[in-house]
Amino acid sequence: MKIALVGNPNTGKSTLFNALTGLNQKVGNFPGVTIDKKTGTCKLPNDETIHVVDLPGTYSLYPKSRDEAIVFDVLSNKHNADYPDLTIVIVDASNLKRNLLLYSQVADLNRPVILALNMIDVAEKQHLRIDVDQLSKKLGVQVVPINARKNEHIDALKEAIINAPKVAVQAQHTLWPNEAAEVANKISETLVLENTYQGLHIAHQYRTMDHLTADEINFIDKLISESDFESQAVQTQETLSRYAYIEEVLGECVHLDPHPLEHSITDRIDAVLTHKVWGYVSFLLILLFIFQAIFSWAEYPMAMIENLFSWLDGVGHQYLPEGVLSDLLLNGVLAGLGGVLVFIPQIAILFGFLAILEDTGYLARVTFLMDKLMRKVGLNGKSVVPMIGGLACAVPSIMAARNIESWKDRIITIMVTPLISCAARLPVYTILIALVVPDEKVWGFIDLRGLTLLGMYLLGTVGAVLVAWVMKKIIHAKERSYFMMEMPIYRMPRWSNVGVTMYEKAKTFVVEVGKIIITISIILWALASYGPSSRMEALDAKFAAESFRENYEESELEVMYATERLENSYIGIVGKAIEPVIRPLGYDWKIGIALITSLAAREVFVGTMATLYSVEGGEDDTSSIRTKMSQARDAQTGGLIYSTATAFSLMVFYAFAMQCISTIAVVKRETGGWKWPMIQLGYMTILAYIAAFAVYRLLL
Amino acid sequence: MKLSELRPGQSGVIKEFLDLQLSVKFMEMGFLPGERVELERIAPLGDPIAVRLPGYRVSLRKKDAATIILNV
Repeated sequence: MKIALVGNPNTGKSTLFNALTGLNQKVGNFPGVTIDKKTGTCKLPNDETIHVVDLPGTYSLYPKSRDEAIVFDVLSNKHNADYPDLTIVIVDASNLKRNLLLYSQVADLNRPVILALNMIDVAEKQHLRIDVDQLSKKLGVQVVPINARKNEHIDALKEAIINAPKVAVQAQHTLWPNEAAEVANKISETLVLENTYQGLHIAHQYRTMDHLTADEINFIDKLISESDFESQAVQTQETLSRYAYIEEVLGECVHLDPHPLEHSITDRIDAVLTHKVWGYVSFLLILLFIFQAIFSWAEYPMAMIENLFSWLDGVGHQYLPEGVLSDLLLNGVLAGLGGVLVFIPQIAILFGFLAILEDTGYLARVTFLMDKLMRKVGLNGKSVVPMIGGLACAVPSIMAARNIESWKDRIITIMVTPLISCAARLPVYTILIALVVPDEKVWGFIDLRGLTLLGMYLLGTVGAVLVAWVMKKIIHAKERSYFMMEMPIYRMPRWSNVGVTMYEKAKTFVVEVGKIIITISIILWALASYGPSSRMEALDAKFAAESFRENYEESELEVMYATERLENSYIGIVGKAIEPVIRPLGYDWKIGIALITSLAAREVFVGTMATLYSVEGGEDDTSSIRTKMSQARDAQTGGLIYSTATAFSLMVFYAFAMQCISTIAVVKRETGGWKWPMIQLGYMTILAYIAAFAVYRLLL
Repeated sequence: MKLSELRPGQSGVIKEFLDLQLSVKFMEMGFLPGERVELERIAPLGDPIAVRLPGYRVSLRKKDAATIILNV
């Protein structure tokens, strides 16, 4: 049996989904579109296994954004893979009137429905008494009170699923203006639909629906031009008539107990968090705290992971037989993997905090605080969420920009989100900061390294704001922009949810990113270990000659041999080839190699450095990548390669450059063509080059 | 009076909408003719505003709020 979960935003829909499916979830995409689709399985008391799909939150079946369009398609399109046998509409009991609007629309699709009544505790605090039996009788469906947060009465909901009738039994509500009913009837007859309400939806939405044929569109076009069908007016009338029906139902089922006027906790918290001074101060403090935490809390687990890999490397060198395979395993795979896994603690902490901010309701306040500011630079209060999400990863954040209704605001948000420093840059920043910024405290308690890291994040944000402002001047809007958002009440975060998020994100990072990085590490190792045979033979001959060897110590010879081999390997040749272009930024050819390999994913930088220095360092060098990098010296000048100027130039380059194939791919999908991703790639590369050049010159 | 003209703490009853296209969105969000709406607070920079409807609160821009006419 297939079940769909539908509901308004902030009704606890995802919490219910988690309660039903536990860890038996997977995240995929709806076919043809890139909206996250969460599906999972749930075992019922009668041992039947059901499939559950969590649909995007929406206030109505009439979509206002691309995200919401999927809901109607899944619920009404028989050919959709997720077309449910039963729909569970989850509603917020403290706000039944608005929530039942969506329910009444879903009910009119004439398919089996269950109503899950969530947040009764909140309703009771607002002195609302709900007569569940009466509500069930009036609507003609099973109504199940649940508490998704506390995981209560989920069993009752499962029982209701077992007992659900196979056909729709709910009260129908077909009260539309005559001209609309006529159009809806004709469409549903011609297109052979399940019921006339689907026909009405198609009359409203046919221009944006994907699954209609050209003939069908022509037919509807003609039908509508011949009738008095006025889409906006009909929707208004339908909505009003639904509310009238809901009022009538609720009049008998919901009672408001008399109570004194009171100021809720949410009011008191908002007085501070949206205050004109304290609001911004607390926002900055919260961000500062998160960055401090990323650095200091992660230190101990990171050291443990580093030590583990050093130990593994040592054991490998001791026990594995010498040869190509061991070399590949230790210097290719292990080096690359170690360089990446060490960042798991930081990534888990960042995603944990993001989950907490969202879960408590604070993100909605940030949107409220920032809308006017964001609008000045061509963005939208809702752009804050993709941009804060951009701290984690631009790919899901660009998808999250779908809930911005205005086209122009959405495009600009997509264009600038990759400038926000994502988690993939974190490894690059932290390793470079650790190299050149001393481990000191400012004013006795602020970690200088953490402060530098915050600075890098601010730099990316400022860049994003400036670029957005420029784009606002260039791009012309097609339609008006508007902004409307519910402000949920403050709640304690659900710690299990935070934990699941941290686990899921870390897992995705290891599995998805790990795959790329291991592949690249192996390719790199091969390219760094082999070179054109003529060059390699000449090199071997040079080092074999006694006349050459007698000038140096044995240990010196070993290092020189390794270095020259790397220079003459395939990758050395490529790195050398691009060196003239990147020299002005302070980079040598090894960094050039890292810039190229970073195109697959930025964090590959660290793995690349690890692989390159391991190959160069030879078999016996098991010191950590940080030590290796800090000791690396320029072959020509003898100076440190990672000088302050180079390290900062490199960080600035990584802050601005579009070194992420996944982002390019997702922008292409989201904007429907190559135009925007190419513009983005172009401007980011130029910006990165110029900024890195300027920083290098300034600090030199 | 327009919704955008309320002062914090002041309330009014929704009478009509000036923008047909926005009105559907407003109604789906719970702004209904006859419903009482209270201006709760104004964002520090003067826009948007947060209003309270029975049971929940919504933030919206003054420009959009100016299309809602209230009886005070």
